[in-house]
Amino acid sequence: MYEKDGEKYFVVDAHTHFWDASPENWVEGQEEYAKGWIECFHAYQGLGPKETHWPIDRFQKYSEELMMHDLFEVGHVDKAIFQPTNLRQWYKAGFNTTENDGALAEKHPDKFLVNTTFDPREGDAGMKAFSERVKRYNCKGVKLYTAEWRGGSRGWSLKDPAAARYLEKCEELGVTNVHIHKGPTIWPLDKDAFDVSDVDQVATSFQGLNFIVEHVGLPRIEDFCFMATQERNVYAGLAVVVGGLMHARPKFFAKVMGELMFWLGEDKLIFGADYAIWEPKWQVEGFVDWNMPADDELSDFPPLTVDQKKKILGLNAARLYDIDVPEELKLADPKNVEPVGVPNS
Amino acid sequence: MTAVVTGARAAVWAALGTVRDPELDEPLTDLGFVARCEVSDAGHAVVRLRLPTYFCAPNFAFLMVADAYDAVAGVPGLTGLDIRLDDHFASDVINRGVAARQGFVASFEGEAADELDTLRYDFVRKAVLAGTDRVCRSLGRDPASLTLGDVPPSADLDRLRARRRELGLPAEDGDPLLLDPATGTTPADAKRYLAFARLTRTSMEANSGVCRGMLRARYALTSEEEGTG
Repeated sequence: MYEKDGEKYFVVDAHTHFWDASPENWVEGQEEYAKGWIECFHAYQGLGPKETHWPIDRFQKYSEELMMHDLFEVGHVDKAIFQPTNLRQWYKAGFNTTENDGALAEKHPDKFLVNTTFDPREGDAGMKAFSERVKRYNCKGVKLYTAEWRGGSRGWSLKDPAAARYLEKCEELGVTNVHIHKGPTIWPLDKDAFDVSDVDQVATSFQGLNFIVEHVGLPRIEDFCFMATQERNVYAGLAVVVGGLMHARPKFFAKVMGELMFWLGEDKLIFGADYAIWEPKWQVEGFVDWNMPADDELSDFPPLTVDQKKKILGLNAARLYDIDVPEELKLADPKNVEPVGVPNS
Repeated sequence: MTAVVTGARAAVWAALGTVRDPELDEPLTDLGFVARCEVSDAGHAVVRLRLPTYFCAPNFAFLMVADAYDAVAGVPGLTGLDIRLDDHFASDVINRGVAARQGFVASFEGEAADELDTLRYDFVRKAVLAGTDRVCRSLGRDPASLTLGDVPPSADLDRLRARRRELGLPAEDGDPLLLDPATGTTPADAKRYLAFARLTRTSMEANSGVCRGMLRARYALTSEEEGTG
């Protein structure tokens, strides 16, 4: 819980990780990729305030104590949602697996929700293991990384028939929140790997599921927003938007927030700090303090209200994940609001 | 030790300045993607390119390296040309493919189904939308019934015309200011079109901001970039 100017904010950090990218965990022959991946993440950290930058060795592997401190002792987080990324092709024991996340969650009851993942290329055996993980960790969500390498394959699409079978299983098991993380590679490589049209298709087909597009479809915010106006079950994950833009590029942060409010509206935006890329503390405090600057280029966008910030920082995710919110932290008059947008002609 | 021939180096730099990141619609030289640009006394050019991350999309990376090769190869008087992309997971494949003048499909054997023309034109269409917002935002009047000739001259207007010409769209003074780059027709709903143009510009500029920030963090650059953020 974060309190400022007499207002209390229930904070759900909907995008967190407990990873191991230390050299001991690099797969032989894949060191370049394992190193390249974590260095890429580390460069993202460079977009946050200087005093929050970590040395690379701590960034590769951090302790449980540090994570608990950064999130719950100083980071104002009430509940955090693990979003796993396996990357077993590059990291021996995986990069950030459901099992590792789950072990930490079990040691600290009521602090975490554990999402799992699936890869449609794993077929029937993968399906069975997926169902077992869901039951074992009581998962209500999955995190899908469509650009994950597997053997010679450079990724997969939600349009693949094999993916539909897994999404049907999600509906059956009550795994209602599907987080999608787009990456730079997918077969065939001449297509735009960041294209979100596959999300559009499955959001239409699977009306019982929520689709949370992480980092708001960056670098395809325009395609994402346009798609989200047509699908009532599509949400924007703000990981990277707050962490990557609010400090480093405040004007673009304002523009992107303005567009998201305009096209999606206050009920569809989900805060996530993306730890350990960025710590939640400065993001939560900064977002509560932030508002739309007075600028001609931003004149289409109204300022955000306290209630809107409360929704974005936690209440929206609490609704999707059925998280109990203490009475005093709820909104007095919670109603869903349609975005301004521009109606389809 | 080879001396840098100032005139030839300037010509190579200028050639690189005509090459754009197809995704961001900005010159490589402005983005900081040229790590090294030298020409020896004997006229041998060495160019090293770099990107914000090890995992930047390989299709866009290929386009940039291939375009840079073509642009520098057109500089008169050079006796040799060595252009390479550094520090990228697909550097070797891209460098080999470009140096051998192979296309994308041949370079990434089995991993690509087609060349990159479609991808490139998709992004020029986005550049037209973003450019339309840039031009319209400062007008102070409803752009719906205006022509390109009604707009005061500016670098942004020149750039918009150039992108429209790349797509084979009309770009003369008498042509409409608002044009759907996908169909070449005047948009039926100008308000919606302009909102999407604004959104497209926001997206491209936010990406550019992230890319510039990542490049600075990756290579520990200290120089302040232009005031776009």
